[in-house]
Amino acid sequence: MSYIQPEQLAEQARSLLDEYLPKVSSLKVKERQKIPAQEMPTQDPIVRSANMEEVALGYSFEQAQLEAIRCLQCPKQNCIEGCPVKIDIPRFIHHIAQGEMEQAIAVLKETTLLPAVCGRVCPQEKQCQLHCTLGKALKDVDKSVAIGRLERFVADWERINGKTVIPAVKPATGKKVAVVGSGPAGLVVAADCRREGHHVTIFEAFHKLGGVLRYGIPEFRLPNDIIDNEIETLKAMGVEIKTNFVVGRTRKLIDLIEKDGYDAVFVGTGAGLPIFMGIEGENLVGVFSANEYLTRANLMKAFEKRADTPIYPSRKVMVLGGGNVAMDASRMAKRLGAGTVYVVYRRTENEMPARKEEVLHAKEEGVEFLFLQNARRVVGDSQGRVIGVECVRYELGEPDASGRRAPVLIPNSEFVMEVDTVIVAVGNGSNPLISQTTPQLAVNKRGNILVDETQKTSVDKIFAGGDIVLGAATVILAMGEGRRSAEGINRMLAEGE
Amino acid sequence: MSRILFKQQFTEDVFLMRLHAPLIAEERQAGQFIILQTDDDFGERIPLTIADADTKEGSITIIFQVVGKTTKQLSTFSVDDELPALVGPLGTPTHIENFGRVVCVGGGIGVAPLHPIAQALKKAGNHVTIITGARTKDLLILENEMKAIADEFIVCTDDGSYGRKALVTAPLKELCEQTPKPDMVISIGPPVMMKFCSETTRPYQVFTQVSLNTIMVDGTGMCGGCRVNVGKEVKFVCVDGPEFDGHLVDFDNMINRLNSYKDIERHHYKCFVENAFKEQEVEA
Ligand SMILES: Cc1cc2nc3c(=O)[nH]c(=O)nc-3n(C[C@H](O)[C@H](O)[C@H](O)COP(=O)(O)OP(=O)(O)OC[C@H]3O[C@@H](n4cnc5c(N)ncnc54)[C@H](O)[C@@H]3O)c2cc1C
Ligand code: FES
Repeated sequence: MSYIQPEQLAEQARSLLDEYLPKVSSLKVKERQKIPAQEMPTQDPIVRSANMEEVALGYSFEQAQLEAIRCLQCPKQNCIEGCPVKIDIPRFIHHIAQGEMEQAIAVLKETTLLPAVCGRVCPQEKQCQLHCTLGKALKDVDKSVAIGRLERFVADWERINGKTVIPAVKPATGKKVAVVGSGPAGLVVAADCRREGHHVTIFEAFHKLGGVLRYGIPEFRLPNDIIDNEIETLKAMGVEIKTNFVVGRTRKLIDLIEKDGYDAVFVGTGAGLPIFMGIEGENLVGVFSANEYLTRANLMKAFEKRADTPIYPSRKVMVLGGGNVAMDASRMAKRLGAGTVYVVYRRTENEMPARKEEVLHAKEEGVEFLFLQNARRVVGDSQGRVIGVECVRYELGEPDASGRRAPVLIPNSEFVMEVDTVIVAVGNGSNPLISQTTPQLAVNKRGNILVDETQKTSVDKIFAGGDIVLGAATVILAMGEGRRSAEGINRMLAEGE
Repeated sequence: MSRILFKQQFTEDVFLMRLHAPLIAEERQAGQFIILQTDDDFGERIPLTIADADTKEGSITIIFQVVGKTTKQLSTFSVDDELPALVGPLGTPTHIENFGRVVCVGGGIGVAPLHPIAQALKKAGNHVTIITGARTKDLLILENEMKAIADEFIVCTDDGSYGRKALVTAPLKELCEQTPKPDMVISIGPPVMMKFCSETTRPYQVFTQVSLNTIMVDGTGMCGGCRVNVGKEVKFVCVDGPEFDGHLVDFDNMINRLNSYKDIERHHYKCFVENAFKEQEVEA
C-alpha cells in the first residue's frame, strides 16, 4: 500500500460523506458494503521513523462518521461477543454515525474506563473485528468496521475537547483500599473503588504511573498525554498516589492490612519478569531484554538529549520474538538511530502474535523480518561486546496442540548474522517479589497469583488481577479483571458494614 | 520526595547524606540498597547502599562517591533540599549468623556498604577482622567507625601514605594462611578488588561473599539489566543479590557490562561539569 496523506484521506471522506449522509437512513446493506473502509491516517513512514510522535493520527470527523455508517447495525451483534469487556459496540457506533459524540462516549464508559488506550492497543483483528458481519461478508477482516479506530476517535474527541467528566464519588465510607501497581488493572480498580466512596491509595514501584502503558508501550503508539489524562482524572476523584513504593520491600503486602489499616488490597503488579532465551552469549554487552531497552527509552526518556539514562548506541539490531513487545522494540531501535533492524521469529508471519497494524507499521518503517529462524548463540569480541548472532533455520511441520504448525529445526542450517545489539522479546513471566515476600499467597507453578471468580486470592481481603494473574496478556483483559476485582472489593466492603 | 537532613563531605569526592525516609529506615536490613534520582523526569536511577539507618529520626544514611553526572549533581544538593525520588529498601538482605571468624574487606567507597554488615556480624557474635584499603590516606573513610567494630583492624594504602603499603589482598592472604583460617570473607569494593579477593581466597576454600554494584534500572527484577553469571546460573543482582559467592561470579563479564555506556556517561559528566562551570562564571 502506498502512503496517502492524511489531508487526502480526510478530503475523500468528506466528499463521500456528502454523498451518503442525506440518504443514510434508507441505505441498503449492499450500499453500505460499498462504502470504502476508512484507512487510518499516519505520519509519513520516512519522517516518523526518526521521531517519537504518534504514528497513527486518528480519523478525521468525516472519516469517523463515514466508517460508522459502514456498520450494518446487524441484530446478531457478534462483535460484542468478541469483546472481552462486552462493549455495546453497535450502539456507540450508531451514535457516531449520527454525529452524537457525547452519547457515543457515554456508551463506551459504561463498560470501559480506558477507551483511548484500548482503541489504540487492543488486538481488534482477533477480537471484535474478527466477528464483524461486514468483514465476513466482504471476506476480509481488514474490511470489518474499524471498531478500534472509532473507539479511539470518540475517546480522543472527549479528551481534546475538554469534555472529560470526572466520575461522581459517593460519600466517604471510611474504608481504605490499597491498589498495588498502576498498570491498566490497578487504574481501573482505583477508579471503581473510589467511586463507591472508599479512600483509595495507589502504590507504584516506579516514579511514574501507568505500568506497561508508560514504561513498555512507546509514545509513538500511545502518547503519554493519554495516560496523564487518566491519572489526572483519578487525582481529581481524590485517589491518593504513592510512587517509589515497592510493596514487598518498602512495606510487606500483609502490613498494608495489619499495620496500615487497609480494608482491602488489590495486587496488579503485572508480568514484569523478562524471560531470556538461555543461549550462549546472552549476557554479552549489547544484549538487552525488551523491558530494559524500552524502559530506558520510554520511562527514562533516553531518546531525549537531556535525559541522563544512556541507551546503547546501535547500528545493527536483532530483535528476537514476534509479539507486540518485539514490534515496539524494533521500531524504537529504528528511532534511536539503528540503520538496520531485524526481527527474528521462529514461525511465519501468520503465527505472529503482534497486532497486525504494528507489523505493517514496522515494515513501512524499514524493519526487516526474518521468519522461520531463531538465534542459537550470541557472538562477542574480545571486550565482551556483541558482534553477531548465530542463527538456525526452521520449517513448518505438523500442527501442534494449539493447532499452529510447529516449527521444526532444519539440521546444519547455522549461519551468522553480523549485528551489534540483540534485544530479547520472547515473553515476560510474573515478577516473584510479592509472592516471595507473602508466603501465604497461593500462586501456580508459573508464579501467577491464583484467584476465585471474584478475583479474591487465597488471603482474606487481598484481590489480584491483570498480568500477575493471567500471565503476560493484554490491556483489555487486565482492565476487565480490574473491573471484576473492584466489584468484588466493593461488595466485600459493603457486606462488612 | 525525600528531604536531606544532613550532609558531610568526607574527601574531595566522597559525601555522606542522611535522608528523611521513615519507612525505608524501618524496613531496611544490612546489605540492602536504595535507588534515587536527582530529577524524576530526566534523571537516571542510581543504586546506593544504605550505610546506616535511624528509626527514631526516620532517616537513612548514604555515602557516595562522585563518579558520574548523577552523583555529581547529588553532591550539589544541600540540607533541606528535597530529593525527587527515592525508593527502597531493595535487594536481599545479608545473611547474618555466627559464622565464627569473619574477615570484612572494604575498598574505597566499599567501606560504606560494609559498615552495617560488619556491625551486624559483630552483633551476631562473630570474631570480626576488618581490612580497609584505599589508594591514598585522604581517600580512607569511616576509619573510626570500623575500628570501633573490629576485633582486629588492618589499614592498607596503595601508596603507603597510611597503614600498610599493600593491596588488601596481601593481609587477606596472610589471614587465610593462619590457623584457624577465616570461616568467611566478605569483600566489598571496586569490582577488580572483589575479583582479586575471591582469587586470593579460592585456593584456601574460604567462602567469600562479594556485593556487586552492577548497572541497574528498576531495581525490582523487571529489566534484567543487572544480570550476572554466577556459576552456571544467571542472576539478577537487584533481587537475587547484591551479595553472591565470589568464587562463582564471572567478574570479567560483569566488568565488561559495567562499561557498557562508559563513553556516553563520560560525555554526560563532562557536559554537566562544564555547564555548572559556565553558570558559576555567569553568576560571578
Ligand atoms: C512492550 C509491550 C507492548 C505491549 N503491547 C500491547 C498491545 O499492543 N496491546 C495489548 O493489549 N497489550 C499489550 N501489552 C500487554 C499489556 O501492556 C499488559 O497486558 C497490561 O499492561 C497488563 O496490565 P497490568 O495492570 O496487569 O500490569 P502492568 O501494566 O504490568 O503494571 C504493573 C505495575 O505494577 C508495578 N509494580 C510491580 N511490582 C510492584 C510492587 N511490588 N509494588 C508496587 N508496584 C509494583 C509496576 O511497576 C507496574 O507499574 C504490551 C506489553 C508490553 C511489555
Ligand atoms: S535492575 Fe532491572 S532487573 Fe535488576
